[in-house]
Amino acid sequence: MKKDIILAGVGGQGILSIAATIGTAALSKGLYLKQAEVHGMSQRGGDVQSNLRISDREIASDLIPMGKADMIISVEPMESLRYLPMLSSGGWLITNTKPFINIKNYPEMDKIMAEIEALPRHIALDADEIARQMGSPKSANMVILGAASPFLDIEYESLQEAIRSIFRKKGDEVVQVNLDALEAGRNLAMSKMN
Amino acid sequence: MQKLLLLGDEAIAQGAIDAGLSGIYAYPGTPSTEITEYVMHSKEAKTGKVVASWGANEKTAMEAGLGMSYAGKRAMVCMKHVGLNVAADAFVNSAITGANGGLIVVAADDPSMHSSQNEQDSRFYGKFALIPILEPGNQQEAYDMVHYGFELSEKYRIPVMMRITTRLAHSRSGVARKEVREQNEIRLPENLKQFILLPANARRQYKSLLNSQTSYILESEKSPFNVMIDNPDKKLGIIACGLAYNYLIENFENHDVPHPVLRIGQYPLPEKQIRELYDSCDSLLILEDGYPLVEELIRGFMDNGKPIKGRLDGTIPRDGELNPNIIARALGLEDLHGRAIPAIVSSRPPSLCKGCPHIYSYNALNEALLTVGRGRVFSDIGCYTLGALEPFDAINSCVDMGASITMAKGAADAGLVPAIAVIGDSTFTHSGMTGLLDAVVAKSPITVMILDNATTAMTGGQDSAALGKIEDICEALGVAKDHIRVLNPLQKHHEENLAVMQEEIAYNGVSVIIPRRECIQTITRRMREAKKQQLIEKSEA
Repeated sequence: MKKDIILAGVGGQGILSIAATIGTAALSKGLYLKQAEVHGMSQRGGDVQSNLRISDREIASDLIPMGKADMIISVEPMESLRYLPMLSSGGWLITNTKPFINIKNYPEMDKIMAEIEALPRHIALDADEIARQMGSPKSANMVILGAASPFLDIEYESLQEAIRSIFRKKGDEVVQVNLDALEAGRNLAMSKMN
Repeated sequence: MQKLLLLGDEAIAQGAIDAGLSGIYAYPGTPSTEITEYVMHSKEAKTGKVVASWGANEKTAMEAGLGMSYAGKRAMVCMKHVGLNVAADAFVNSAITGANGGLIVVAADDPSMHSSQNEQDSRFYGKFALIPILEPGNQQEAYDMVHYGFELSEKYRIPVMMRITTRLAHSRSGVARKEVREQNEIRLPENLKQFILLPANARRQYKSLLNSQTSYILESEKSPFNVMIDNPDKKLGIIACGLAYNYLIENFENHDVPHPVLRIGQYPLPEKQIRELYDSCDSLLILEDGYPLVEELIRGFMDNGKPIKGRLDGTIPRDGELNPNIIARALGLEDLHGRAIPAIVSSRPPSLCKGCPHIYSYNALNEALLTVGRGRVFSDIGCYTLGALEPFDAINSCVDMGASITMAKGAADAGLVPAIAVIGDSTFTHSGMTGLLDAVVAKSPITVMILDNATTAMTGGQDSAALGKIEDICEALGVAKDHIRVLNPLQKHHEENLAVMQEEIAYNGVSVIIPRRECIQTITRRMREAKKQQLIEKSEA
């Protein structure tokens, strides 16, 4: 088993909480993991990414080679496209469609969507809207993770367990909200695949 | 024991705690900051009364580390690569004094300049100081090398450098811990003259350092971190330093490289293994993150031996961080790429946070300078460097910590009056105070804006040594009291603030303006933590 994942977003959007959940689930299964993060200046509203690698064999490079990522998980639509050179020919792109606009020349949304839809394997969903409808706007990240979960090769129960262990300190309510968000994202992805 | 999931930085910190560290000293700087922060937050370090503190700058940190080593205890000093320039005086001389308690200096390099002004290679500093250098290739080695490094340091009574790069510093992986060592007791140096670098002593100490070089090479030759991996295809031999080894093997099925590979994790270079590789192969490829240090050594000035490939002949790009694809190209392997980035994707540079006090300060400064003209604002290193970007376009320089004030002074000396310096509170106490003294002594017509957000913001909000002291410092350095002006950088105070700026810019002498409002990130974090604390207290009551 080997999954090479690019996590993408804008500094401050919290892509590392997705990485932490996948990472915790992977470790609980005794898998190897490497996760390269971006700290420092770019965190201030710039584009950020994380290279997350999981494998049942020892991993060499902290960086995923170009053209070999199994999936891109993005919490922002334009950012999902920035890493296309990393994605393998059979790879999946899972992205939020809610734009984060903090630059003047942000492209038109329909052009972004056309690029995303041109990809043979993609799941695009408005995770912010789904999270808002559920009454927990902060859990959009978990909706995205849920949408990515069918492609992760990690049992869904392990992801749920990871959420319980990560959010335990914040109380049962927060745990449940995040589990529900995960479920909603997963269901939506499943329905889009069928 | 279950492995810990740690950043390279955190692995170094945990390694130091487990290896009997007594004190860690640093100034925050990406990508080194998380080492010291980890020790600061560690319960074990707290229980062991490990001192973990931010110095005013890297030099004071280096000297405090040396002092702890003098007293016989283990110390670690951490900085980003350019911080070592600031600490260089103490660092280079610490090789002459030698250490007493184990002393490790961690320099975190930033090839590709993710968050830096240059990509200088700290291995040159280690070589320059004539001390052993350790360069971990992964998180586990980062942990293990701290134990090993302290032993090496105490065996030879010499500071040891640990050189890491951004990629390792900020990448996470599983790390297995070793047995925990006790801290050292206080134990003075056997020779109480060891640390007195009067010329007569220094000459003796320097000779002893030179005499130790052979031993350091022997240590490298038997080091577990320098490994020769023999393989059949001897048309090419490969030397891979630190992380480069990972990028190399990533390119081969089952990580089996057909060529002999010498993995380097400890310097000075192991002469025996280098010679063995050179003699047994037709040509060499040198893979190293940073400058071509190893490559230059092996080529030599005459470069008349076997073909050597690397950064100098263009096989590898001369600048920038390595990655698996660069090495694939160097070896003539398939260099795969996915789809191109669509043309509609625009760049998204970092920007000041919503509500950041600097936004107001720059808007007001730009307005105050309307009548004076552009090109007169010398700035410095911190979040406020983002004032160089749109929509502010407010500053004209960013060179090194503290350079804003002294460059403004030099420009004023040249007749560029008024000249403005913009510097942050933490940068001011790091390296700005001496420059301000220069300006006061010369009665330079400069205006210094000290943007006081009460923290070291860019690196994540560490305590600022300047907190609550700025006016007193400026006054003590000789700035006239009525030309030290504190502003509240908010739009509602715009008219009065603008008037103050215009007045001080017009003043023919040194004036200091201090726009003061806490960083929006740290204040949000503090409020969140206070709320959490309230909830805990409520649930306990």
